Amino acid sequence: MNGWFVLAAALAVGTVVVVALPFLRDPAPASDALHELDEAERALLEAQEERDRALAALKELEADHRAGRLSDEDYRSVVGPLRREAAQALRTLDRLEAGTATAESKSG
Amino acid sequence: MAELGRAALLVTLGLSVYALVAGGLAAWRGKRRLAHSARNALLAAFFSTLVAALVLVAGFVRDDFSLAYVAGHSSEALPLQYKVSAFWGGQEGSLLLWLLVLTGYAALAVWFARKRARDLVVWVTPVFGGIALGFTWLLVAVSSPFETIAAPADGNGLNPSLQNPYMVAHPVFLYLGYVGLAVPFAFAMGALLSGRTDERWIVATRRWTLVAWTALGIGQLLGAHWAYEEVGWGGYYAWDPVENAALIPWLAATAFLHSVMIQEKRGMLRVWNVTLVSLAFCLSLFGTFLTRSGVVSSIHSFTQSAIGPWFLGFIVVAVVFATAMIWLRLPQLRTTAKLESLVSREAAFLYNNLLLVALCLTILWGTAWPMVSEAVRGESVVVGRPYYDFFLRIFGLPLLLLMGIGPLVAWRRASLAGLARAIAWPAGIALATGALLVALGAGSSIPGLIAYTFSAFVLSAIVVEFVRGTAARRALTGESIPTAFGRLVGRNRRRYGGYVVHAAVVLLAIGVAGSSAYDSVAEGRLARGESLAVGGYTLTYRELTERDGPNATEIRAVLDVRRGGDDLGTIAAGKNAYSVEQQVSNEVGIRSDLLTGEDLFVIAEQVRDDGAVVFRVFVKPLVNLIWLAGIVFVLGSLIALWPDAREERRLATRYARADERSETPATT
Repeated sequence: MNGWFVLAAALAVGTVVVVALPFLRDPAPASDALHELDEAERALLEAQEERDRALAALKELEADHRAGRLSDEDYRSVVGPLRREAAQALRTLDRLEAGTATAESKSG
Repeated sequence: MAELGRAALLVTLGLSVYALVAGGLAAWRGKRRLAHSARNALLAAFFSTLVAALVLVAGFVRDDFSLAYVAGHSSEALPLQYKVSAFWGGQEGSLLLWLLVLTGYAALAVWFARKRARDLVVWVTPVFGGIALGFTWLLVAVSSPFETIAAPADGNGLNPSLQNPYMVAHPVFLYLGYVGLAVPFAFAMGALLSGRTDERWIVATRRWTLVAWTALGIGQLLGAHWAYEEVGWGGYYAWDPVENAALIPWLAATAFLHSVMIQEKRGMLRVWNVTLVSLAFCLSLFGTFLTRSGVVSSIHSFTQSAIGPWFLGFIVVAVVFATAMIWLRLPQLRTTAKLESLVSREAAFLYNNLLLVALCLTILWGTAWPMVSEAVRGESVVVGRPYYDFFLRIFGLPLLLLMGIGPLVAWRRASLAGLARAIAWPAGIALATGALLVALGAGSSIPGLIAYTFSAFVLSAIVVEFVRGTAARRALTGESIPTAFGRLVGRNRRRYGGYVVHAAVVLLAIGVAGSSAYDSVAEGRLARGESLAVGGYTLTYRELTERDGPNATEIRAVLDVRRGGDDLGTIAAGKNAYSVEQQVSNEVGIRSDLLTGEDLFVIAEQVRDDGAVVFRVFVKPLVNLIWLAGIVFVLGSLIALWPDAREERRLATRYARADERSETPATT
């Protein structure tokens, strides 16, 4: 029975070590703060998602048209607005990236 | 040995509390090392739970009847594979399996997402910790598998109906499905808690959701095959509450898998998606509650069950928490994107969602109603098969049709004329199939006829999709047909994997309609040498045999089978008498015709002392398509799940900056 208790104690000690590892490895860090995305980074991330969505939609539209799922008339009615959306997403992304780069060069 | 099991569960309890409290604190106060420490606690919780599980397995394998759970669910004579599966043969072991799968999923999901969604994972950790805490508490304080007793000479054995190969795998897959739904739930709640409602929670959980959904689907099919083979009533699905308990969250998860695509493609339905993912998880908890609390047999057994009230409390906490979080983050979840047309792919997905959720809630209501009526009026009102069949037709048949229309409609908007052109071929093939079936006499069942016509529509729509896609790719690249086909599928795995899954659902629908709407049945008491005719077969009762199996006496009635003038060999059906368990099980005889998909299904209802046997015989057309559907379902899921290197590169580029920033500690 003692053997099982020893194993149980070893398990408990082992897990405590695993849990304490971040503190054991880095006992006195320069900073212990988590990096949080700021407003600009969040906006950038959302703009990247928007750009990917718009470009993927254009790609899918072309594939649908080529495969015959979409008639020429339907294609023409959708492709214009989609291209405008994609262009807008790219412009927004460029603007945000430029803003982030400026902020980084100022802080650096 | 029980001490190690109990200690391991106590360690898991401590780690779960730590992951919840320290993880929550770390996320709230923005403490990096504490957040990593809480994440490590989740990883360690898996290993401590694994130790507890191995202790229980060892208890079964070593016939350690000093463990009350082992004594109650095993015996010395039980074959080894059933000793292992007896692990989940009762309440305590099932809960331990739940916890093991949960901590395994949590450790893997958090580990894989630690870079791409680091700031999100910080909030996901306490959610996983909270869920693990609920289950560990049940195992430590309410229903422990490590209770000890004075060891009896032998155990009580395992319920004979669980001594079946399908019961070795069925619960494992079911739990991989149920518990897997905790991953998208934890990430969705993490996203809401942190206020990061971008797409990262969806990207991080896409594959986990698909894994859970696939496992739940496979688990249900294995369960259906078990019921078909083992329960011995001639069917595979009886709308039993325990069966419904798995179907309900699967339907909600199916709706989520479709609606999440609208969010990815159009940025719409954010509120709906977090609601669906919460619904799917809470329903998976409800499913476990149904099967484990005793509430199914009676509301009174629920109140007598030790875990029932705790479990119900846990579900209430999950529902209230999810609802509060969605309510709190409503402003961030609202989007400006709108549905542009009622004739579009996203509109088709929306209709599909409404039908799936309606079917899900209808089945939930039918399942819960006997309990509600017993609690309120003191008498349990059973909701029978007609209720479920009615709603399955009302919601299921339009769903089947939508599976064919959806892929043929373009995103955003399509004209009615364009839609008519796109569906012309599949619609023509479907109408011709319907007319042919009527001419062949299949019009006796209108729902069956509609199901077959719609199935023909969906299958031809899928074929048209593959043909058009391959042709378009060939026109663009000049590749050979096999190369163009392979690359078409390889570069659009989710889409074409999804089509293969749709084909599986069609096979399932054909199998269900064929075996239920067009089956034949005959019953009779036969003495040796007497015959029974059914569905074109003639069965002649030849002899009764008896032999000793590993832990049961196996009695079999052997019948000669003929169809037309052909001798098709013999079929045997009978009963197993289990000495330790003091129970008798029905052992059916099944002869499958793999060319037609038909089964000859024989039940020996009663074996009389004079050697006569009362047989019930079914002929079930196309029933094997249901099991074939399972294989196609797995194939489609694997295609959709297979990693796409191009997609991974695209996501890596998108999130590179966030990854890079989160690698370095903040300087403030």
